[in-house]
Order: sequence, then structure tokens, then C-alpha cells
Amino acid sequence: MSFWEFANPKKFMDWTTPVVPWMAGLSAVFLAVGLIWGFFFTPDDFRQGSTVKIIYLHVPAAFIAINAWIMMLVASLIWLVRRHHVSALAAKAAAPVGVTMTVIGLATGAIWGQPMWGTYWAWDPRLTSFLILFLFYLGYMALWAAIEDPDTAADLTSVLCIVGSVFALLSRYAVLFWNQGLHQGASLSLDAEENISDVFWQPLVISMAGFVLLFIALVLLGTRTEIRLRRAKALSARAARA
Amino acid sequence: MIALLRRDLTLAVRAGGGFGLGLAFFLIVVILVPFGVGPERELLTQIAPGILWVAALLAALLSLDRIFALDWEDGALALLATSPLPLEGVALIKAVAHWLTTGLPLAFAAPALGFFLNLTPEGYVPLFWSVLIGTPALSMIGTFGAALTVGLRRGGLLLSLLVLPLYVPTLIFGAEVARRGAEGLAYSTPLILLAGITAGSLALLPIASAAALRVNLR
Amino acid sequence: MTLTVTNLSVARGPVTVLQGLSFSVEPGQALILRGPNGVGKTTLLRTLAGLQPAHGGTMSIPDAAAYASHADGVKSALTVSENLAFWAEVHGTRLSNDVLETFDIADLSERITGTLSAGQKRRVGLARLGVMDAKVLFLDEPTVSLDAFSVKMFATFLRDQHLAKGGIAVIATHIDLGLDAPELDLTPFVAKPGTGDSPDEAFL
Repeated sequence: MSFWEFANPKKFMDWTTPVVPWMAGLSAVFLAVGLIWGFFFTPDDFRQGSTVKIIYLHVPAAFIAINAWIMMLVASLIWLVRRHHVSALAAKAAAPVGVTMTVIGLATGAIWGQPMWGTYWAWDPRLTSFLILFLFYLGYMALWAAIEDPDTAADLTSVLCIVGSVFALLSRYAVLFWNQGLHQGASLSLDAEENISDVFWQPLVISMAGFVLLFIALVLLGTRTEIRLRRAKALSARAARA
Repeated sequence: MIALLRRDLTLAVRAGGGFGLGLAFFLIVVILVPFGVGPERELLTQIAPGILWVAALLAALLSLDRIFALDWEDGALALLATSPLPLEGVALIKAVAHWLTTGLPLAFAAPALGFFLNLTPEGYVPLFWSVLIGTPALSMIGTFGAALTVGLRRGGLLLSLLVLPLYVPTLIFGAEVARRGAEGLAYSTPLILLAGITAGSLALLPIASAAALRVNLR
Repeated sequence: MTLTVTNLSVARGPVTVLQGLSFSVEPGQALILRGPNGVGKTTLLRTLAGLQPAHGGTMSIPDAAAYASHADGVKSALTVSENLAFWAEVHGTRLSNDVLETFDIADLSERITGTLSAGQKRRVGLARLGVMDAKVLFLDEPTVSLDAFSVKMFATFLRDQHLAKGGIAVIATHIDLGLDAPELDLTPFVAKPGTGDSPDEAFL
């Protein structure tokens, strides 16, 4: 049995049925542990005070916002190359989650920025890049919504996703060129000498895991809904011709 | 391919349409800006390069939905798709025709309108070069957007939504050339990056545009 | 040099419309497609012309093919000869006076196409087929808005200039062109719901 059989719509429905509640439940547990630990059982930062605690929402949301787009890119490529319907529908289902995470990232960033930088919004490269990412999500979802035929929509949005990825990357570098910013460096990275200290780090990783599980659960749920919609359409088309 | 370019240019000249309209729109936007921000000469000098670039970008956006719409409606696009011409070539030629009728005139109009915005004397030459080199990318990206939305009845607004985020890098580097030039700074780095975006767009986006056209013609 | 179609199935969007279609057309022969509206004539012709992929089966098109529907891409702002010269150049041929004579538009050649009557415009669109000199023609309702005289003119072109030179034509039409050509009724090939492997089958 090939790996791709999991992408058959019927098989996909079968194996995701038990998986979705597990993902949702696990994500709830991780989020609860991560956020409660982060909010109530970590010390205040010596410079930033308690405002630092918004990091437990801000960083995971931003992480998902970017990786949702990368997941959509991979799914689009799979659709274009192997024509697996589930792949295209998963990309479609990921977009609303991605855009929500982008908005959460931007909003928590603004709330954090006010006490730290004295302004809700600055045309800082990271903030600007996220704003541009938000526009890309909007365009992508608008194109899905505008096209009636599902396969045509899948093809065109996939092409847009690929071209958009290239231009999003270009925009990232263009924005860096355009303005050096206020934003601190990456909060988490594997190769950096100095990460944020362990007391903040542990709940943050748990919270990130919670967000990743939440993303997976939401995308699976969204994909299942899209598959059901397609099935309903296919059935009514068949009934209309019978 | 030359035949297609000649035909599109003939059509653009005979039908009027986008040709003069884009320029007129550019003129009006630039004239409206001082009414919005006030007539202080220093302020206008400061924002002139950016305003001229944004206005040029919007003027180029205006005629994008015409790129494929007419050929789509009268069936010429399907006939071109079944002709020996590669669709990639068709997309490239369409972008070139769009540039010749909007981008090229804008490159000459932009310095002329810099006059109204109190552009510094050093700013005219870099402004001209940045618009001249940047607008082909705008036309090519716009052609891609037009190819995506050609089958839609009300594609115009969606086209803007799709294309404007893609315009960001071009706008940043183009306006940066104009700004640095106007302030008397060296501007060769952003100019090279701008040229890079134009070259990359012209090389790769015809392929994506042709793919989108094939899907839409199906 | 024969056009052959074997066990072809074609789909309109997510729905298979025709299946199990096999036929062949010899050089110098035309095939007339018949069937009620919506049976899939246009879909079949577009598939043959390569505008959309076949959903199943094989087809072999022997030579450069040209496709024409009632939307003939004639530009109102160009003159008749400019319109035709463009398509000639695209297909690597030249516009000759013979074609203009054949379709009785020689007198109109310098007129702006937008000033012509609907029937005259359609003749310009059909003259495009003569200009391109393609060996294989896929024609979708080519006679829409033509008067009886023009229909005859077009049929003469097909018989004496296209087919006589060994060309192939597949034509969907409701009227009698007066060609000595076999007819293919598409009704028996209409895909039955549930039996066709429709593009959406994976969801059922």
C-alpha cells in the first residue's frame, strides 16, 4: 500500500475520523498547560515586566502564520503534480487558519508593542512582512471564493500560491532593505548562542506544541468539511443527470 | 509573435482606451496629492518620489483587466491557444504590449509631473530610470494576475487584490531608487535589485501566466 | 494521416459527458457530429483541438489542427485584411487574394470590420480557416448567423479546397451543409451516471 492512498478522499475520511478528536483534545491540554504555566507561574522579565507574557500567544501564532503558508505551498505542489483532491482541499482549509493566526500575531504584537516601543504600530520589517503575508492570504482566499469550478479553483490558487511564495520571500528581503527595525531577533532558534532563558522557554515550547496541534486539528476538520461539500455536490450532480 | 505585438499595439491605438487614460489618471492623482497633504514645498519635495511611484503603479493597474478580456470574449484567446504560438510567448507579448502602452509613457510622464511636486533637480534622472526599468515588472505581474482572473465575470477588483501584494518588492526598490536619487545619494544598489526583479519576472511569470490561461481555457 | 479516436471520454468540468467514443476520419473526409443541444459536441471538439485534456482514451491528430467556433476572434477595430493577415502570420502563411475571393469579401478587404454586417463579419471569421491552411479543421457550429448563400459558399470551400486537398474536418452543425460526409450521432455515447469514471468519482 502506497503512502498516497491516505490521500484518497474516502480513506482520508476514514483515518481522520478518530484522529481529529485526539488532536483537538491534545491541543487543548497543551494549550492549557502552556498558557497557564506561562501566565501564572513564570517570573516577570526584569526589563519588560509582566507584558512579556504575551509571548505565549504571540510567538506560536506567528510561527503558525508562516508555516501554514508553507504547508499550503507544499499541498499546492502536490496537487499540481499528483492531482490528489485532498491536497488541494487541505490547502484551501489551511488558509483561514493561517490568516487568523496572522491577525492574532499582528494584534498581540501591537498590544505588546505599545508598552515596549511606545507605539501600537511601527513600519518595522517583521511587522510589515506580516502585514504583507496577511494580504497574500486575503488574495488567495478571494481567488478560491471567486471561482466556481472546484478543480479550476484548485489549479489557479495553486499557481497563485507558488508565485505568491516567491514574491512573499522577495518582499521579505525588500522590506529589510527598506527599513531596519525595532523588533528583537528570533525568540527561538536552534543555532543561537543565547535564547531566552529556560523559565520562559519551557512553557513557550508547550504552548507552541499546542498551537501546532490546534492547527492540525483545524486543517483536518476543514478538509473534512470540504470533502463532504464536494461529495454532496458530486452526488447532486449525479442525481440531476439520472 | 511580432504579428501579435503589432496587432495589440494597433488595437490599443485605434481603440483609444487604456493608452491615454492611464496617463490622465496618473496626472490627476499627482495633482490631487497637494490638495490632500498641503502645499508646503519641503513636504512635497520629501514625498515626491514615493507619490510618483505609487501613482504610476496605480495607473499601470488601471488597464490590467483589458490585457486578456477582449481576446477572451471574442474567442481569439482560444484560437491563439490552438495556434502554433506558445501560450508563454502570448503572455510575454501581452505584457510587452501593456508596457509599451502604459509603462513607457509613464516613464516619460513621471519626471514631467515631478515638477508639480517640487522634485529636487537631482531626482529627475533616477526617477525616469526607475520607472522605465520597474514598470516592465509591473506589466508582467499584472499579466499574470489578468491570466488568473480572465474567466471571471467581475474579475477587476479581485485582480487588484491579487496583484497589489505582488507589487510590493517592485514598489519598494523603485521608490527607493527615486528617493535616494532625489536626495543626491548613490542609487545603483536598489536599481540593480529592481532590474533583477524585472528580469526574473519576465523570465518566469510567462510560464505561470500560460499555465493559468490553459486552466481557464479548459 | 488518419485522424483516429479510440475509446475517448470527455468531461465538462467535474462531469463526464461522453464516453466510449471511437471513430476515424480519413484524409479528404469530413465527419458531421449530430446530437441534441448539451450532448457534448462542443466539449468533444474542444478536447480534440487540445483546449482541454481528454478524460480517458486516446486520440491521434495527424497534423496541425485549427479550431473554430462562432466566437471567431475577429477584431472590430481592424480592417478585414489586417484581421486575416494577422492569423496568416501566426500560422506561418500568407494572405492571398484567392481566399478573399472564395469567401466573397475581396471588395471589403480594406473596410474596418466593425462597419460590416453580422453575416459579412462571420464570413471574415470563416475566411480565417482558408488563410491558415491547416490540414485538420475542428468546426463548432460554423454556420451560425450565415445566410443560405454564405452557407453554400462555405460548404463549397470545405469540399473543393479543404477536403479535395486531402484535408480532414470534424464539424458540429445542425444544418445540412450538402457535404457527402458520414454523420456520427453522439447520443449513444452519452455517459451514464455512475458508470463513467467521472473526475469527481473519488468523492462518491
